[in-house]
Amino acid sequence: MTNLTLSRLSVTLRRREVFRDVSLSIGGGEFVGLIGPNGSGKTTLMRAALGVLPHDGTSSLARLSPSRRARTVAWMPQAREIAWPVSVEDVVMLGRLPHLGTGQRPSANDRAHVDKALSRMELDDMRHRAATRLSGGEQARVLIARALAQDTPILMADEPVAGLDPAHQISTIRSFGKLAESGKCVLVSLHDLGLAARHCTRILMMGDGGIVADGPPRDVLTPDRLAHVFGITAWYRDTDQGPVCQPLEVIR
Amino acid sequence: MKRLAVALTLAVIALFMASLLVGPAGVGLSESLSALFRGDGGPLTLVMREIRLPRALLAVMIGASLGLAGAAMQGYLRNPLAEPGLIGVSGSAAFGAVLAIHTGLSAAFALGLPLMALAGALLGVLLVMLLAGPGGTSLTLILAGIAVSSLAGSLTSLVLNLSPNPFAANEIVFWMMGSLADRSMAHVWLALPLMLVGWGLLALLGRGLDALTLGEDAAEAMGVGLRGLRLKLVIGTACVVGAGTAVAGAIGFVGLVVPHILRPLVGARPSRLLWASTLGGAAMVLAADIAVRVVLPARDLKLGVLTALVGAPLFLHLILKQRRERI
Amino acid sequence: MVRRAARCISAFRRASEILRSGPHHAAALTALLSWASPAASGDAAPMRVASMNLCTDQLAMLIAQQGQLHSVSYLASDPRSSAMADKAAGYVENHGLAEEIYLMQPDLVIAGQYSTQATTAMLRRLGIPVEVFPPATSLEDVRARILRMGDILHRQVQARELVAEFDARLGHLRQQVTQRPEAVLYYANGYTSGDSTLAGQILLAAGFENATTRAGYGAGARLPLEVLVMTIPDIVITSRPYPGASRSEAMLDHPAVRAFRTGRAGATMTDHDWVCGTPYVLRAIEELAETRRAITGETR
Repeated sequence: MTNLTLSRLSVTLRRREVFRDVSLSIGGGEFVGLIGPNGSGKTTLMRAALGVLPHDGTSSLARLSPSRRARTVAWMPQAREIAWPVSVEDVVMLGRLPHLGTGQRPSANDRAHVDKALSRMELDDMRHRAATRLSGGEQARVLIARALAQDTPILMADEPVAGLDPAHQISTIRSFGKLAESGKCVLVSLHDLGLAARHCTRILMMGDGGIVADGPPRDVLTPDRLAHVFGITAWYRDTDQGPVCQPLEVIR
Repeated sequence: MKRLAVALTLAVIALFMASLLVGPAGVGLSESLSALFRGDGGPLTLVMREIRLPRALLAVMIGASLGLAGAAMQGYLRNPLAEPGLIGVSGSAAFGAVLAIHTGLSAAFALGLPLMALAGALLGVLLVMLLAGPGGTSLTLILAGIAVSSLAGSLTSLVLNLSPNPFAANEIVFWMMGSLADRSMAHVWLALPLMLVGWGLLALLGRGLDALTLGEDAAEAMGVGLRGLRLKLVIGTACVVGAGTAVAGAIGFVGLVVPHILRPLVGARPSRLLWASTLGGAAMVLAADIAVRVVLPARDLKLGVLTALVGAPLFLHLILKQRRERI
Repeated sequence: MVRRAARCISAFRRASEILRSGPHHAAALTALLSWASPAASGDAAPMRVASMNLCTDQLAMLIAQQGQLHSVSYLASDPRSSAMADKAAGYVENHGLAEEIYLMQPDLVIAGQYSTQATTAMLRRLGIPVEVFPPATSLEDVRARILRMGDILHRQVQARELVAEFDARLGHLRQQVTQRPEAVLYYANGYTSGDSTLAGQILLAAGFENATTRAGYGAGARLPLEVLVMTIPDIVITSRPYPGASRSEAMLDHPAVRAFRTGRAGATMTDHDWVCGTPYVLRAIEELAETRRAITGETR
């Protein structure tokens, strides 16, 4: 299984150092949540790992050729952009682009992947509707389906649940979890500490220009770190219904 | 999809034939066709081969170019208001062409005319891309377009006013509005090489433009090389718009109207819109050029007048629609 | 207010007619519109006259006495449009601007119908009499303009002599015609002149038939390239290109025109003899008659 490996990755944007010397490795089956306050560099880290930002150090993805990389990692940017009133099915089919040669038409195999992604995101009955006319939550699901159709060993998503209602937040995070269970390597940035604690197998916490903690939720989400990095207090318990993390007060 | 392709192709062929048959000389159908194909060297052959054929060919070439360029620019900028004429690319191309004619470059070196128009168009595209960028708001795009077209327009007027030729100053109308009247095969050969290059480059964009539907980051992660795409778009657009403007002046709104009409028919896919708009553009310019000859046969009605009469209301409608959607 | 608007509109129409009537008026374009006024000539002969139109410039130079004419338009010294460029160098040049002409303190201003209306109106307000000459559209007009110029400059004798000479030469030219080949006048932008224009009259006087009359063009109008090619005249007479390039003139080089011209006689108009209704039109007629004889093989 392909791993995502970063070593001594550093990014400086407009002469401001965003983070430096980030080294980590994520393997198949892991569902990694990337958390950190606004501006801590979550998006930058993921984009640098993809190789679409100038950086120092190495990333296993950035070293691949663009077409090879497109078959290795699926990336969902935070902005949910669908520029034209393209049908849901067509949007999802875009995920198959990296697998098609120039001018090649989608094969039965490509269609099967699209069908699978559509039914996984419960989009079967809206496959012919224009994606731009859907609600925000539905659009988010369409874009996840698109990433699924890309059928890559690694999946990276920038705040995929932002703006979704609780039911869709949970079901979306669950689908990422299931993908990880099926052996993929999943990296997702999140603002919701509760979702991260409950669903991720591993959490990366960003702050102070780097990764401040890396490990299972209960080891990372300690009161000290939450106070130091986020400036909050939180209630954390392992309950019989799984771990619960609820932010409480602002300290600073 | 196939049905649309067939319908558009048939429309282009029918309009092309109609264009060959419309003219002040008023000759019968079989007579004109036999003069065109058999060619007895008589005056009718001259009319068909040297006056009507180049006119119809240029209408197809320029229409196809404008439709294609419009669809490509809209796909890249992800904005249905992007159009070579509106954002000043045609205007800058006209400036380049006027400069080539009035410095004597085009007289010294035949390809000087389309090449200077290409340079002008290139400058125009680059300026607009710099000012408005991809994914920029419609407002910045329109403002950038106004700035670039008025600058190009005033520089064109300046060059024409400085000319020692008393006719030159009146030709601003031609350069701003465009016309296919009295063009010759020489113009066809002048424009064709650059257009072929441009069509080739723009035709390669389909896949990248499809991916760009989801934004630049997503497209890049799907293996689309944005730098190459941008380069092909800029050079391709400059080639087709430059070559067309050099021989027929700036014809506006074709690249706006045609993609807008055809977009719903191709499921809004930017790649399909490329070929559809190419055919649709050819049909629209052919139809407009037939109309200027039928509506006011005695006057040299400019082609751009007609396309603007159709295009401007649509443009306003699109702006209102965008305002409602608060983009 | 309404009347002024109507004037403006008709002024505009006249300007566009001149534009349409062909490039030989290109020079006249620089000067614009005006209106006829009651004769400004008083009892005494004007002694400091300014002319601001190419055609009145030349008539005045032909008829005025020494020292009577003070200024002519700048076009009068352009050899391309003026038949009297050399002579014009002896006068003060004007550009048809009210301010410059007022400062010359003329006692009479002569303008063309297409001189700027604002300028002539301004000059009249400032108390300077303005005489306006409409353009000549026939050879009879030429005689009338000469006589009128004689009247307002109080040089009737000179004017009558000029007319007598004009009549004699013209009569001589007209006697020589036996065969009338067909010709088309073709200018930049594809304009042509029909019989009711001065150029059309020059053509007729030189012994040609105007082929565009047959095609239904009486005055100045755009002649579609196709119609030109299909008309099949014996000769196409084109305007002489100006320096610098223009699209308008480039179409005289259209492959269809070129192909059509090969094997046919051709001639060019020398603008300075064709533009104005002065006795110099006779020179245009003589040259054109020479071309006609070359076509028909007549001898003098």
